Amino acid sequence: MRIVIVGNGKVGNTLAEQLSSEGHDITVIDKNQKNIDNTINTLDVMGICGNGASYHTLLEAEVPKADLLIACTSQDEINLLCCLVGKKLGAGNTIARVRNPEYSDQLVFMREELGLSMSINPERAAASELFRMLKFPSALKIENFSTKRVEIAELRLKEGSALDGVYLRDLHKSFKGRALICAVQRGCEVRIPDGNFMLKSGDKISIIASARDMLDFFSSLVGIKPEARNVMLIGGGRITFYLARMLSENGAKVKIIDIDPARCAELGAALPKVMVICGDGTDQELLWEENIKDADAVVALTGLDEENIILALYAQSVIDGKVITKVNRDSLSSIADKVGLESIISPRSLTASIIIRYVRAMQNSLGSNIETLHRLVNGQVEALEFRVNDTFPRLGVPLKDLELRPNILIGCISRSGRTIIPGGHDCIESGDRVIVITTNLRLDDLSDILARSYTI
Amino acid sequence: MNRAMVLYFTGRIIKVEAALLMLPFVVALGYKEKTAVFFLIAAALALSLGWALSRKKPADQAIYAKEGFAVVALAWVAFSAIGALPFYLSGCIPSYLDSLFETVSGFTTTGSSILASVEELPYGMLFWRSFTHWVGGMGVLVFAMAVMPLSDRRSMHMMRAEVPGPIVGKLVPKMRDTAKILYSIYFGLSLIMFVLLILGGMPIFDSAIHVFGTAGTGGFSCKNSSVGFYDSAYIDWVITIFMALFGVNFNLYYFLLLRNFKAAFKNEELLWYVGIMTSASIMIALDIMPEFGSFFTSLRYSAFQVSTIMTTTGFATTDFNLWPAFSKNILILLMFIGASAGSTGGGLKVSRLLIIAKATRNEIRKMLHPRMVSSVSMDEKPLSPETVNSAYMYLAMYVFIAAVSVAIITLDGFDFETSFTAMAACFNNIGPGLGAVGPTSNFGAMSHLSKIVLIADMLLGRLEIFPLLFGISFPVLKKQRRSANN
Repeated sequence: MRIVIVGNGKVGNTLAEQLSSEGHDITVIDKNQKNIDNTINTLDVMGICGNGASYHTLLEAEVPKADLLIACTSQDEINLLCCLVGKKLGAGNTIARVRNPEYSDQLVFMREELGLSMSINPERAAASELFRMLKFPSALKIENFSTKRVEIAELRLKEGSALDGVYLRDLHKSFKGRALICAVQRGCEVRIPDGNFMLKSGDKISIIASARDMLDFFSSLVGIKPEARNVMLIGGGRITFYLARMLSENGAKVKIIDIDPARCAELGAALPKVMVICGDGTDQELLWEENIKDADAVVALTGLDEENIILALYAQSVIDGKVITKVNRDSLSSIADKVGLESIISPRSLTASIIIRYVRAMQNSLGSNIETLHRLVNGQVEALEFRVNDTFPRLGVPLKDLELRPNILIGCISRSGRTIIPGGHDCIESGDRVIVITTNLRLDDLSDILARSYTI
Repeated sequence: MNRAMVLYFTGRIIKVEAALLMLPFVVALGYKEKTAVFFLIAAALALSLGWALSRKKPADQAIYAKEGFAVVALAWVAFSAIGALPFYLSGCIPSYLDSLFETVSGFTTTGSSILASVEELPYGMLFWRSFTHWVGGMGVLVFAMAVMPLSDRRSMHMMRAEVPGPIVGKLVPKMRDTAKILYSIYFGLSLIMFVLLILGGMPIFDSAIHVFGTAGTGGFSCKNSSVGFYDSAYIDWVITIFMALFGVNFNLYYFLLLRNFKAAFKNEELLWYVGIMTSASIMIALDIMPEFGSFFTSLRYSAFQVSTIMTTTGFATTDFNLWPAFSKNILILLMFIGASAGSTGGGLKVSRLLIIAKATRNEIRKMLHPRMVSSVSMDEKPLSPETVNSAYMYLAMYVFIAAVSVAIITLDGFDFETSFTAMAACFNNIGPGLGAVGPTSNFGAMSHLSKIVLIADMLLGRLEIFPLLFGISFPVLKKQRRSANN
């Protein structure tokens, strides 16, 4: 696809890198010539220096022929204007990064009247991701599919876990519900396990199950940490605002610590149910005074990555609950991972990955029928949701008789509102939604999972 | 510097040359020449060397600007060294240095020859000699990128080092597609010219040779008296026009294909290029009118000579060495101006001179209005100060290298006109100079030292000085090695 990216900041750059490596034709527009020079020297993309909201620059970038225009400059107005002009010029789809809730609240209008395909608010996206993590603190990460009934959770098996030394074929003995372990990362190696695979502590596993079974699974096997009810947020930025609002609407007790009195006053006024403390979040005395020990979860959300990492390390040493760290710079997030911080969130890469997911789905919608796509274990495994139509050659054949290509697992079948974690006797019917887990990236169609090709 | 990666790339590019050597082999077989076997030997050598170098992909694949320069420098040197083998092994050119001179002259699209009589060469050799023009014109790396999945996301460094001109941009987002588009245009134009020449009654083999010479703006002919042999106004005009066409920035043809006529015809460099070419042709035509009688005959000869010199091709239809001093002077000036950026021609490039002229005008105005803020712009777009600086820097290096080369060449004891134009002809990739190296004579009389200097000049001129200078500069290698040891 031809994709034009306006704004070559961190998000823009991540997008350009990812999308060009997936084989798309990328043109990047930015106002800063140096920035552009740097990008065209390191990536196989075309760069244009200019104002992305101007008609001439967009024409130069051949927006009329583009399939997708992504506006991710730091200014909402420019992004919106850019998408508006781009759409009128004939761009296929447009995505704008819109931060200001005043604009994003009129999303429906914009979608219908201005032709905007998608708007993304990085802070709100980060907040909802955090909210999901806090709702289910035992998992490192949790994703759901289009029906919202099926979830995939990632977790690390701790020392002495009940699953240590368990063969997957024996999993049903210790767990009555239906859940499937669909990917395991051990060390650097990632694999899709079969029944003879033995779990060990230290493995990072991905589990697919219906939402209810997932809860059961965690409570019976991993030792569930209850949903965080008492959350401490350090740093009072925009993510904090969105997250605190979501948490308090959900009934959790939220405490925000920020150093700026004016910001604290604003937050206090906007979030009456939330306790706002004005003070230095890195001050241990203050944290003790505010009972950090009683918190179920601590989220480090200050503007400085380094401060967040130190804070999180301290919090992890003090409390038993969930600690989440916001890290913006990629280089730092790998360091954070090394020093033992498990839950890390980066609004920028989150934004980029949401957009990439959209692009993949869009690309796939041209030639195939992928509904949702998630990347698991650092992008080495993909979970794809397909809608089955009549062209699938092996309809009604029990799974045990299907000859699949290696490293492919059928994780879940949703049929008219029911969720089936399939066994060997289940079969794929037309109209189902099937979730396929694979390490062969780039499956385009459900029939790609079959070892042989069939003609119908 | 990541030497493993530089050698790996060079190895892969050498393998491309092995494939290219198959073409003259087939031609030589077609004419049942015994010398065909030497192409096979050279190809085998190239293949084994290329295979040895590119056997394993290095673990560290990062390449940066300096690796790009090094790959380009090394690839060109290796290409020339291997390309010279058929001439040397077959004994067509007895000395290796002379063979190398001929091949470098071919790949750099210079067209200077050390051969007194080219008509004695076998067909296969003639074909290879001219085919090097065609390959070298657009660039061996660009060619490699177009045909192999060589391009990496950092291959811009290599393209920039090889494609001439002050500003190098891509036509489409992907490097490989850009290379393919450039080569398709190149191939298409060559094909049209081939057909036109055959329609003009030129034999097929000769047409191919002259197409290669014109497309690469090289200038090797298969006749001793060059294009003058055919003495046909039709052929003269076809070659004149196509030489001029190949001296235009290829990006403009892409704009034409996209029907973006405004961008193509409003291009400042193109306007100046055409303007200089027409005015020089008319001035010379008027100057040489006494020799040819009618204005149109003299225009035919002057336009051909202006086109061949300005696009740095180097064919000849007449011995312009005998022309009046005014005409010769204009031709020498045109040698230095050269063709457009992004074309197959050499020289300083019209756009670079345009930048320097505009920047100089700005500086002069600044003397009168010390607080004036100004920027240089091309095609209504402001240029960055770096681009302007690098144009100045290029000019400075250019003058310096030219001066040193002339000084060394004069050791041979030729007159100033010969020494100076020999350097100008090689450094600007033109071919014939004036005096003892004029269009009817050759470079065979030069000493070994002069030939080595001229070989270096040709490569420096084609690669626009810096890649070669950086690529072979030992301090770069040494410093990197020391830091690697630490």
